[in-house]
Amino acid sequence: MARLAALTGNNAAAEAIRQIKPDVFAAYPITPQTEMAEEVAQFVADGILDTEYIPVESEHSSMSACIGASLAGARAMTATASCGLAYMWELLPIAASLRSSVVMAVVNRAFNAPLNIHCSHDDSMGARDSGWIQLYSENAQEMYDNLIQAVKIAEDETVRLPVMVCMDGFIISHAVERLLLLEDKKVKNFLGEFKPAYPLLEVNNPVTLGACALPDYYTEHKKQHSEALRHSIDKIMGVANEYAKLSGRSYSLFESYQLADAEYGIVILNSAAGVTKAVVDKLRKEGVKAGLLKIRVYRPFPAAQIVQALKNLKVVAVLERTDSFGGVGSPVFTDISAAFMEASTKEKPLMVNYVYGLGGRDVGLEDIGKVYANLQAINQRGKIEKSFAYLQARE
Amino acid sequence: MKELQGWKDIPIGTAIIEAGSSIKYLTGGWRDNRPEHNKDKCTNCLLCWVYCPEGAIIVKDDQVTGINYDYCKGCGICSAECPPKVKAITMVKEPKLM
Ligand code: SF4
Ligand code: SF4
Repeated sequence: MARLAALTGNNAAAEAIRQIKPDVFAAYPITPQTEMAEEVAQFVADGILDTEYIPVESEHSSMSACIGASLAGARAMTATASCGLAYMWELLPIAASLRSSVVMAVVNRAFNAPLNIHCSHDDSMGARDSGWIQLYSENAQEMYDNLIQAVKIAEDETVRLPVMVCMDGFIISHAVERLLLLEDKKVKNFLGEFKPAYPLLEVNNPVTLGACALPDYYTEHKKQHSEALRHSIDKIMGVANEYAKLSGRSYSLFESYQLADAEYGIVILNSAAGVTKAVVDKLRKEGVKAGLLKIRVYRPFPAAQIVQALKNLKVVAVLERTDSFGGVGSPVFTDISAAFMEASTKEKPLMVNYVYGLGGRDVGLEDIGKVYANLQAINQRGKIEKSFAYLQARE
Repeated sequence: MKELQGWKDIPIGTAIIEAGSSIKYLTGGWRDNRPEHNKDKCTNCLLCWVYCPEGAIIVKDDQVTGINYDYCKGCGICSAECPPKVKAITMVKEPKLM
C-alpha cells in the first residue's frame, strides 16, 4: 500500500534515498540541501539505512568519492546546491564521460554575489553542458518520483550516465506538502541490482578508466558520450512508463497543461509551474486559450517533441530563473529557438524570454497574469518589440 | 601504422580493458633528443635505470647494455642523472624527419 505523508521537499528526497538504499552517500551540507544530508546521516546513524556515508570535506570530494564508488560497482548518490555544485564542476564532466551512474539531488539555489540562499536555477542550468541527464521537479512528489526513476535510468546498461534531479530551494525543499510514498520493497524490486560495465574491483578483469586520450582518440570518446546522452531519451520514457505502472503517476519528457488547443503558452521549469497552472485555469474560464509546457527532462533536450507541442501556438513566453549573461536569451529559450531552426516545420510561434524569480523573488498570480497579457498584446501587434526582459526588476 | 578504431568500437567510459596495453604505445615517437650511451665511460651505477620514467634503459647482468629507442621519449633525465664525473650519456639532436 502506498503511504500518504506530509513532508518537505528535503524530507521527501531523503525518504527516496532511504528507499533507493545507495551503497555510498557522500555529501557536504549546504543550504538549502542541508536538511536532506542531515536526514540521510540520521538514517545511517540509527541503523535504518545500510549505507557508507562519507562525510567529505568539500563538494569536490563528494563528487570524487561518488565517481570512484560508482565505477567500482556501488550505487552512489550525493546532494548539493549552488556554490556546492559549482565547487564540484571539475568532476561533473568526468562523472559523465567515465559513464558513472551517480545520482545527485540538486536543490536549486542562486549563485553569489550578492550572497543569496534562495532559489534561482543558476546552478543546474550552468551545469547543463556537463554531459549529465537533468530532471526537474515541480514539487516534493515529483522530486521523490524523479529520484527513484533517476537511479533506474542512470544504471541502465543502455544509458550508464549520471543524473541530476532538481527541485527549487526553500519553495519546495522547505515547504511541507502532502505526497504518496511507495513501499520500500516495491522501490527495491523496481531498481534491482546495479551492474557496472567495467567494475574497478573486479581483479580478474583489470581495467583502466580515465587514462590519457590524445587527439587521435579524444574525439571518439566524446562522440560516444554525446550519442549515449541523446539516445537516453528512449530509456527515460521507458522508465517513466514502468514507474507509472508501479505508482499510478505518469511522467513524460515534459508536462503539457491545456496546451493542445492553446494560443498563448508559457514554458517553465520546477515550482513556478504551479502558479502558472492556476493562472491558466483562471484565463480558460475567461475564454483565453492559455496553456503551459513544463519541462521535466532538460538534458537530453527533447527538441523535436517540444517543437511539435509549441508549433501551433500564437505566442510563447519562456520563463527562466536564470540569466545566460550576454547570451541571446536564457538557456531554455536558446534551446527552443535552436530547435525551431533545426525543425522542418514552417509553423512557429512568436517567442519571448523573461527572467523571473531570481534569488527567491516570489512569483505570484499577478506576475504570470501579466505575462499572458503581454502575450496577447504581442499577438495584437503581430510583432515582438523586446524578446528578452527581466520580468520583475524595478526601474 | 595500426588502424584507428571508430567511436562505436571502443569500450564505453574511456575504459581500457586490455591489461598492459601501454606496451603497444611506442613513446619513442615523441623524441627530439636521443640519449647516446657510452659503454666505455659507464660505471654501471644504474642511476639512469632508476630514474628513467619509461624503463628504457636496458640492463643485462647488472650492466647497462643500451637504450630501448621504441620507448625512450628523449626527456634527458638519464643524462642529467649520470654522475658529472662520468657523463656516459649525451643527448644528441634527432635528425629532422621533414
Ligand atoms: S631520455 Fe628519458 S626516456 Fe630516454 S632513456 Fe633517458 S631517461 Fe629514459
Ligand atoms: S648513470 Fe651513467 S654511469 Fe650510471 S649506469 Fe647510467 S650511464 Fe652508466
